[in-house]
Amino acid sequence: MSIKDKVIGIVAEQAMLERSDVALENTLEDLGIDSLGLVESIFAIEEEFDIQIPFNANEPQSSDFDISNVQAIITGIERLIAEQKN
Amino acid sequence: MYRVVITGAGTVNALGHDVSETLAAMREGKCGIGDLDFQDVDRLAIKIGGQVRGFEAEGRYNRQQMSLYDRFTQFTLAAAKEAIEQAGLTFSGDLAARSGVILGTAAGGVSTWDQNYRLVYEEGKNRVHPFVVPKLMNNAAASHVSMEWNLKGPSFTVATACASSNHAMAQAFQMVRTGMAPVMVTGGSESMLCFGGVKAWEGLRVMSKDACRPFSANRNGMVQGEGAGVFVFEEYEHARARGADILCEVAGFAMSSDAADIVMPSKNGAARAMSGALADAGVNADEVGYINAHGTGTAANDKTECAAVADVFGPHADQLMISSTKSMHGHLIGGTGAVELLACIMALREGVIAPTIGYEEPDPECALDVVPNEARDAKVDVVLSNAFAFGGMNAVLALRKV
Repeated sequence: MSIKDKVIGIVAEQAMLERSDVALENTLEDLGIDSLGLVESIFAIEEEFDIQIPFNANEPQSSDFDISNVQAIITGIERLIAEQKN
Repeated sequence: MYRVVITGAGTVNALGHDVSETLAAMREGKCGIGDLDFQDVDRLAIKIGGQVRGFEAEGRYNRQQMSLYDRFTQFTLAAAKEAIEQAGLTFSGDLAARSGVILGTAAGGVSTWDQNYRLVYEEGKNRVHPFVVPKLMNNAAASHVSMEWNLKGPSFTVATACASSNHAMAQAFQMVRTGMAPVMVTGGSESMLCFGGVKAWEGLRVMSKDACRPFSANRNGMVQGEGAGVFVFEEYEHARARGADILCEVAGFAMSSDAADIVMPSKNGAARAMSGALADAGVNADEVGYINAHGTGTAANDKTECAAVADVFGPHADQLMISSTKSMHGHLIGGTGAVELLACIMALREGVIAPTIGYEEPDPECALDVVPNEARDAKVDVVLSNAFAFGGMNAVLALRKV
């Protein structure tokens, strides 16, 4: 499974939706994922890919990890995997 | 209904090993937060905290006691000794039979859990010390205080996360106020600064890696502390009859439950607890000169708390002072309200308002007088102490000058 498919799976599970209901342009808010759901999703992603995601719930905007929509999250994870696996 | 006063105070925390050291540090705006020092700290993302330094259990407690006293109990016993000796009370006969101890702690003997899990899981041992259970249980500290000081009346431990101490002191207050007990020893303690304790908090992603800056626009989370605060709550006439030095009066309290979210605070719940405490104390909002804030330094708490203060106090919100001493001693979780009560006593007794240190940038959502960075001389007659816990359980105490 690609990184993209795995992330969509994690987000769909958190949102309690079918994978097909998750679109790349969706924001987490669109999917009904609140701040606790976000922290849980980040944990699941870190576990899945064995990476560290720099994210502080107090300043989500200034974290070095873009969570503005599903595509941004996927792009960020691809970058972190490339950085942290080298 | 009886009046309730405080006749003794004791503490151990990152700012000092007793009340005078702690208050001196608060007056100076000293920061007790620094690099954490314990096993496996290098495996943590969060490496700072308000750790108690130079408090050696060896020499203070004997071998038998050490096998029964978790660090949260050690702090509690030291604070209780200071408080009860200051009060000058000896518990015997009827006084002993009716006086008790109610303490708050969110998690009890966390480092005992941590050490023994390490032994059985990491080191593969199949045997632990026989006293693990009595050492880690949440009521261990209260029980040892009762045994040490012969307190035989109503005694128990309260756990409401970050409001534990305030809920405990509210109960003790109620017991003295209604005549159920002439004296109650009360407060709380916490000691989660060990690998497992901090690792658990890390997971929530609400901790700061660099500093606790309550109300500052650039705040980025809470910082954990550890320690204990213990007080002697005494019926006013009982204290007066024996010529006790009265530190202040406990005038009222209120509790509320948000019934909303397991971690996000609610403005309404906080406001109801504050206005309830004012009503219970029979004071008007404009009599309050100082609020010791919950002020955790998280984005969510500080703006919610300021909005609740604005709701409760209206225009007077701009006249009163509100500070968070967590910026100096860190967040003591279940023990935090107890240590913060010291700042309230200092305000009433000495006319010194403890500052919110680490304050760098005004936040329009926290536009109150947060006593930034430097302590201030000010005469205040009534103060509040706020505690708003995870789980939406809030407890606010109102104190008055005597």
